[in-house]
Amino acid sequence: MMQTEIAVLRFGLGARTGDLAAAGGDPRAWLMAQIEGAVPLAGNTPLAPSDRIFAELLAARDALEELKRESAAQRAPTDATAAAAFNPVRDAYLPHYRAQVLARAQSAALTTRPFAERLVHFWTNHFAVSADKGAVLGIAGTLENEAIRPHIGGRFVDLLTAVEQHPAMIAFLDNQYSVGKDSVLALLAARRGAGAGATEGKPKREFGINENLAREILELHTLGVNGGYTQTDVTNFAQIITGWSIGGGKGRLVGGTPGQFYFRDNLHEPGPKNFLGKIYHESGRRQGEAVLADLAVHPATAHFIATKLVRHFVADDPPPAAVERVARAFLKSGGDLSRVYAALVQAPEAWDADVRKFKTPEDFVFSTLRALGFSPQKPEEMVRAFELLGQRQYTPGSPAGWPDTSKSWDGSDALLRRVLWASRVAGRYEQGLDPADLAVSCLGAYARPETVTALRRASSASQGVALLLMSPEFQRR
Amino acid sequence: MHRSPMRTSRRRFLLGTAALAAGAALPDVLFAHTGGSARLVVVILRGALDGLAAVPPYADPAYAGLHRELAISAPGVADGALALDGTFGLHPSLTFLHERYLAGEVVVFNAVASPYRDRSHFDGQNVLENGLAKPIGSADGWLNRALAALSRSAGQPGERASGERAVAISQNVPLILRGDAPVISKSPQASPDVDEELLSRLADLYSKDDWFSARLSEAVQTGKLTEAGGSPAESPAMNPTTPGVPPATTPGTDRVSGAARMAATLMRSVGGPEVAVIEAGGWDTHANQGGAKGALAQRLTGLDKALRTLADELGPLWPQTAVLVVTEFGRTAAMNGTRGTDHGTGGCAFLAGGAVRGGRVIADWPGLSRAALLDNRDLRPTLDLRSLFKAVLDEHMRVDAKTLATRIFPDSSGARPLQGLIRA
Repeated sequence: MMQTEIAVLRFGLGARTGDLAAAGGDPRAWLMAQIEGAVPLAGNTPLAPSDRIFAELLAARDALEELKRESAAQRAPTDATAAAAFNPVRDAYLPHYRAQVLARAQSAALTTRPFAERLVHFWTNHFAVSADKGAVLGIAGTLENEAIRPHIGGRFVDLLTAVEQHPAMIAFLDNQYSVGKDSVLALLAARRGAGAGATEGKPKREFGINENLAREILELHTLGVNGGYTQTDVTNFAQIITGWSIGGGKGRLVGGTPGQFYFRDNLHEPGPKNFLGKIYHESGRRQGEAVLADLAVHPATAHFIATKLVRHFVADDPPPAAVERVARAFLKSGGDLSRVYAALVQAPEAWDADVRKFKTPEDFVFSTLRALGFSPQKPEEMVRAFELLGQRQYTPGSPAGWPDTSKSWDGSDALLRRVLWASRVAGRYEQGLDPADLAVSCLGAYARPETVTALRRASSASQGVALLLMSPEFQRR
Repeated sequence: MHRSPMRTSRRRFLLGTAALAAGAALPDVLFAHTGGSARLVVVILRGALDGLAAVPPYADPAYAGLHRELAISAPGVADGALALDGTFGLHPSLTFLHERYLAGEVVVFNAVASPYRDRSHFDGQNVLENGLAKPIGSADGWLNRALAALSRSAGQPGERASGERAVAISQNVPLILRGDAPVISKSPQASPDVDEELLSRLADLYSKDDWFSARLSEAVQTGKLTEAGGSPAESPAMNPTTPGVPPATTPGTDRVSGAARMAATLMRSVGGPEVAVIEAGGWDTHANQGGAKGALAQRLTGLDKALRTLADELGPLWPQTAVLVVTEFGRTAAMNGTRGTDHGTGGCAFLAGGAVRGGRVIADWPGLSRAALLDNRDLRPTLDLRSLFKAVLDEHMRVDAKTLATRIFPDSSGARPLQGLIRA
């Protein structure tokens, strides 16, 4: 019962007209056919790659420095308000952020591979960066488009490595200037310091590591918080990935292409290192890659990823049998993601029509666009919609990503915001379909008779569409 | 020898405890605050505030060497700490908190932590909010369990037997307030103006779905509650400067003040909540934390401003209010390689308000010498935050001690409630 609806509404992003018919023959085959190969954006918004965006950021920073120098030289009285309004970094980044938000919404609205697109969203949230960190604003979306979309159906290790070496992740978790104590740079600086001494009034720069990226890779991207690592493992892993940085620095940090991953050998802590009971003898960048390769097939990683996938696709409290099935497929295939998804699709628990997930604001917006056949064209509109609904795109705030359980989204205030947005969107629905017929076309057998009756009795078409969007069956997937 | 300045505060702390153990024996009738009048605001700082910057232990000889350019100097020099007790100071951004400290309305805690000893934000916040000794095992929060207990004890005349006694200033209810006791959530942005007819038809549509109908009726009721209390959305501080622009570089300081104003407005309205929870993020300062000025200083300025707003807006309620400011854990004693600090253990907390018997620092200071640090890196906690939570719930909210020790904070026998934190 309702297998088609479950495939389209739960595994996919909600039905566009015709989706239910397309999936109707063999819902499982319809899903599995979608995950072959990379998942490019559907839609028509041109996007710049990270290196170009990053180059613009650096140019904007230089302009800002220049301006500061000038005003300092002129001793002009600084106008605080004008200074605050003038933010070349934000100005350089913001158009890119908006374009990425629009492109993402268009892709969700139009894609013919909604299961693959949902997986893109899942992994983006798993490998969360947050655009509310200034350095990340313009490149948060490029992590999704450059590191995640190409690797959706491939091996987990490739996905993992691409993400951890993406400039947005490195900048978000502060690894670009994490420096080994015995690195070339630190030793050079120490020698210089011993000779000439520190500059007057300015403390000598001390070099050291930053644990942030190492800890979150272990806790949030691979093993999970109870994955059996210790503080020493975190510290050692941070040493291992010293030098994982972004190209385009100055002075002693010169080198690499701005906005692309760059391994800075002179920041790297040399020598073999112990991590989770194993000695890694590789040198340079390969040492960190060897650790990622081991983490990517670790049983704790398999279990952690399986739990999150099942929570996302099945239920807030993931049924252990389904988790076990997916984790086993992960381990047995060495992290072959297409095998992992196949196990998920085969899990009987995923096809229980009585267990449903409450949609996140993202789910709600994307399924609405699909149901109404809208393809958004104005970036402002999408940005504002997500602001209103409490899920500003690419800004989960924390590296743990957005929560994936209903109790994090089901506040009464949040519900009222959905009503408000639904009524606004419904007001613009002009495609002749009667709301009751629309309900059947986008919900199939999910639509309850009483809902259909209520929609027939609505006092206007737009009120009927708003009621449809806010109906319990549309709010769940 | 370097511990001598610390000894004063240790002794003071012990003395305080002894004096108040006696006070606790006084009959209840002498206490001004019966259950119905006390107000409690909990401010959760998500991301782990650096307690060694917010409450600098400038007299500890190891402090400046470890915290380096992030350290706050002793009081009396430019950009130095605001003086507290000769050992600890406050970050120079915390001017309002300092003013209230001098007025005897703030207790400053240092070297405190929840029972959680690992360094994950998310598990740390779970423990901070669930009231257990471990991150999983409870779907509800300690503050909600306390409210449920208060409702069960069916209390004082004139007090509401049911209805929401707490509000979360948030779109969704945070863990600390989740549970059986009814609570509302409200976020400080323009209150949506939704067509009444649509709402009533939705109510019909939801009539067979308890889950949706409960939320809708709550939403409609709280919408009215906000209007009755005046529209906080009118404040310019709460309107985003440019619509559609994520606050990429702004520290969100005004957002916290907006939340504080909204909490106060709701609490002052007739029949309004007694308890409010406010959240503030952005404390995870791994890089370029800054010292007396800089990124963290801006955040602290925002926090200080929010506390001032809260006090101003609560107005006549301030004398019966306690404000608890807490974070999931502290940060490393030493500066890291990127002029920031990594996840640590022991940190600071504040208890402020007209109901608070303040003007004191409570810190059984373990010191920052290499031998004293936890795992060679973190400030070692010497006080369990649950001792503080229990004290506030006991003395201020009048939750009975047995319920506190069993239902609200299970497995917390090691964390005995502090005493004498609230004015008699």
